[in-house]
Amino acid sequence: MAGTGKVHMRGTEALVSVEDLVMEFPAGRRAVVHAVSGISFDILEGETLGLVGESGCGKSTTGRAMMQLPSPTAGSVRFDGVEMTELSKEDLRRTRTRMQMIFQDPISSLNPRRKVKDIVAEGLSIWHNDAGDTAVQKVNEVLDAVGLDPEVVSDRRPHQFSGGQCQRICIARALVLDPKVIICDEPVSALDVSVQAQILNLLEEMKERYGLTLVFIAHDLAVVKNVSDRVVVMYLGKVCEVAGPDTLYAHPAHPYTDVLLASIPEPDPDHPVSDRQITGELPSPINPPSGCRFRTRCEKVQDLCSEEEPELREIAPDHYVACHFPNEVPVSVNGDGDSS
Amino acid sequence: MAAERPLLEVENLRTYFDTPRGILKAVDGVSFTLDKGETIGIVGESGSGKSVLVRSIMNILTSNAIIPDGSEVFFDGKDTRNLSRSEAKHFWGTQMAMIFQDPMTSLNPVKKVGIQITESIRYHLGASKQEAMERALELMVQVGIPEPRKRLKEYPHQLSGGMRQRVTIAIALACNPKLLIADEPTTALDVTVQKQILDLLASLQEELGMAMILITHDLGVVAGRARRIGVMYAGKMVETADTTTLFHHMNHPYTEALFKSIPRVEHQSHTRLDAISGRPPDMVLDLVGCRFAPRCRYAQEQCITDEPDLFDTGQTGHRQACFYPVGSPENAEALAANQATGITAAGLDLTAAAVS
Repeated sequence: MAGTGKVHMRGTEALVSVEDLVMEFPAGRRAVVHAVSGISFDILEGETLGLVGESGCGKSTTGRAMMQLPSPTAGSVRFDGVEMTELSKEDLRRTRTRMQMIFQDPISSLNPRRKVKDIVAEGLSIWHNDAGDTAVQKVNEVLDAVGLDPEVVSDRRPHQFSGGQCQRICIARALVLDPKVIICDEPVSALDVSVQAQILNLLEEMKERYGLTLVFIAHDLAVVKNVSDRVVVMYLGKVCEVAGPDTLYAHPAHPYTDVLLASIPEPDPDHPVSDRQITGELPSPINPPSGCRFRTRCEKVQDLCSEEEPELREIAPDHYVACHFPNEVPVSVNGDGDSS
Repeated sequence: MAAERPLLEVENLRTYFDTPRGILKAVDGVSFTLDKGETIGIVGESGSGKSVLVRSIMNILTSNAIIPDGSEVFFDGKDTRNLSRSEAKHFWGTQMAMIFQDPMTSLNPVKKVGIQITESIRYHLGASKQEAMERALELMVQVGIPEPRKRLKEYPHQLSGGMRQRVTIAIALACNPKLLIADEPTTALDVTVQKQILDLLASLQEELGMAMILITHDLGVVAGRARRIGVMYAGKMVETADTTTLFHHMNHPYTEALFKSIPRVEHQSHTRLDAISGRPPDMVLDLVGCRFAPRCRYAQEQCITDEPDLFDTGQTGHRQACFYPVGSPENAEALAANQATGITAAGLDLTAAAVS
């Protein structure tokens, strides 16, 4: 798992590029939590980047560090030509209007005491765009776009809505300032499958309609595959594998990606439950393993894995892996009709 | 009692709640049976009544719950609803045990794990402190917790989510229950940990010969794990069948819709998902007709006025409650008729159905 590799970066045309991002938190008694240890990726305009991994792999921390919530310990986040980490407080505030976030638990991320119209309009009122009919129109437009009837919902409060509807309100709130990028941090993990499908479809529609670029953070590979143009698999603060979704699923090269895929419950009784199971627990990010961080749970582990950290390298066109002993990947297949 | 009698028989179970808004019919006439050592999966959306169903079986409802006459729950030939409080206390744990969705809230944060596991062993089996600790250690090994001796002395917050769920499983198994009820045991967990926990439950069940009720909203979770599946919608069982029969011959439009809304890895990325439009009905209202009709693509006049009962489809053990079952000629006609007008009899706009 190398975070140091940058071969997968696509140069200057990217809308957002994150380089060597490091995020560390003090854990008391001079211990340090290495939440994210030098990862790099970039996102083209109009693309959906999926960040996937287990709890504790640093995917949410990465999403938040992009927003400078808080600023990363080291590394750079360039958004539309601007270095986010060097912005003054005021410039950062202005830049953040164009980068919004949606969180996992839609109910707790809405203020229970405020009306829906005020929640959605808050961004506008902060930026003094709330004068007159245009603001009301804008709020109504985004509410309508996310499938809520403005006349019915405007004066209600969050507790009167289901989880799925609250997530729609959160999406409306994120859309109201016309952002370029929305970072979705596990937006459907707390929802039922039926509602999850509604929200995933809605995000796709909003992306089309408003020309958004999305960062989609989730632990469920099936969900990530459905929405992403490019997927970054993370483990314990490092990048394991980067590829287009269809390539990644057809030919997972990293042993960790393999295990993640085998863990997805198949809604098909004829599909035998795979005996592949990830063994052991996630090592502590305070004292991560040397070399490849996945080695303590990897089936293919060799001596080299503890001695040397694998760097990201290209093993097939637009398919990058950080592993000394990756699975064989057919090089000629050229992405399998990949959309990215 | 005859030896063939199922372990659990639920007959026309209804559970209502007296709420300020009126009587909420959370479970409205559910019947099923469960044999010894068998696993049944109960699937449905939030609010479909799955959790209230098992809480009614377990008899752990809140005080505003009303169970009307005619509802029967027989466990091992005994009516569980007539148990006194003190009888019930010995019934829970030794006969039936339950694990819940969120392992953080179902464990006591200020008590060490060891104390929480031994509590029921000492209470039910009258074991000494040391015997109980030994049994707890055995259980910790059985549920696959590394360094069990050290973990026994730790608090829940020192464990990961998956480990906490293993602890709740150890507590549930402490007194060898005959029936384990798992209420969304993996919903709060990562996919990798989910698989570990489901594998663990399956192997423990085989080892101990327990029956299990596995509740989930994800058809994927029960597909490889349960022998039979019951699909619940708005307080009713709408389809029950053997797992293979259910997946191969889905009859109820709700089962079909639930199945289609799952994102599949085999599909190309950016495949549009078939979401179920709308949301479940308000269960305080008097519901007429089929409860799924407002969200159903196939709904006809009859669905709005008459309520379909569960009936046998002809295949063994396969029962469903729909007038226009999926795969039948009536169903195809109903869909064609609805598509021709663009709107179902219940007013669902088929052209916009996919949007919300």
